Amino acid sequence: MKVVHAPNLIRTSGLGSCVGVVIFDQWKEVAGLAHVMLPDSSLSRSETMNVAKYADTAIEALIELVVQAGGRKGMLKAKMAGGAQMFSFPSKSTDMMRIGARNVEAVRLQLNRFHIPIVAEDVGGNSGRTIEFNPKTAILSIRTVNQGMKEI
Amino acid sequence: MEHINKLSGTHIDILKEIGNIGAGNAATALSKLLNKKIEMAVPYVQIATFDEVMELIGGAEQVVACVYLRIEGDAPGNMFFVLSLAQAERFIRQMTGDETFTFDSHPSELGQSALQELGNILAGSYLSALADFTNLAFYPSVPMLTVDMIGAILQYGLLELSRVGDYAILIDTALYDERRPEDSVNGHFFLLPDPDSFASIFRALGVDLL
Repeated sequence: MKVVHAPNLIRTSGLGSCVGVVIFDQWKEVAGLAHVMLPDSSLSRSETMNVAKYADTAIEALIELVVQAGGRKGMLKAKMAGGAQMFSFPSKSTDMMRIGARNVEAVRLQLNRFHIPIVAEDVGGNSGRTIEFNPKTAILSIRTVNQGMKEI
Repeated sequence: MEHINKLSGTHIDILKEIGNIGAGNAATALSKLLNKKIEMAVPYVQIATFDEVMELIGGAEQVVACVYLRIEGDAPGNMFFVLSLAQAERFIRQMTGDETFTFDSHPSELGQSALQELGNILAGSYLSALADFTNLAFYPSVPMLTVDMIGAILQYGLLELSRVGDYAILIDTALYDERRPEDSVNGHFFLLPDPDSFASIFRALGVDLL
């Protein structure tokens, strides 16, 4: 979980079932990125929890960080990408294998809870993604192996 | 992960031996299948944060061909057979006799299914050696083939671990084709046991995890 000001860019590479969530205030040119791995911190079995990994704890913490860095609560918007299902499992696919879609749903729910609109997204599918966000332009660039680059 | 602090040199040696026996068996199978000499590097046990795992494998964005299996049974975990695209293409050409096969433009179904079958055979021989050695039962899923960024693929192996902590114990054995020294290491077997599986493996081999 990281926050940057323009002209710095923020990126994360090789997103599969994970979801990259960017929360930003375009006029203040500040943006934060969380790399969500699991939908819910109740899945955690560890004593010391890493809040950055779970949708339900990461979004709240990320908003806090962006606000601390100068973002204004009412002006925050979000973009997200990821949540792919890299492998299609036949019949008895466990919940863990459908984790991409569950991550996306959990991130949506949390953003909704804090009244942050999702202005663009590129989620699902079965390809890995590398994403890069520019706080100045608010453009999220997404690279996939087979479909090349796109901007949302 | 709470297990990490309890691992001694002996435990690491046992995990290396697991990589050695499993991948050794698979390398033999591959040598026979392709009728060429396949060498194997000394297995490596890496205890690393998830970010470090991505660094160790050459960066999350690197595009590879990978056969993945989920293992259920006495010691659940994940197994990945990872090849560079160039090496995967060479194996496919050799197996199918289709010298034009590439991943670049519309790779043929036949080529892809040949690679999937190769992964299936190798993973099967890896796991059966492991089952003999430990007397544990492993039930592999149907193998799945994908060509994509390695970070996106390996994330599936980190899911169970991520519930317990931010560290992975990765058992890595590299294979290389003796006649192709120019790309020295071009195949890897990664075994990523689930957190609770370490205790089962050590117990099966008569070593306690303290």
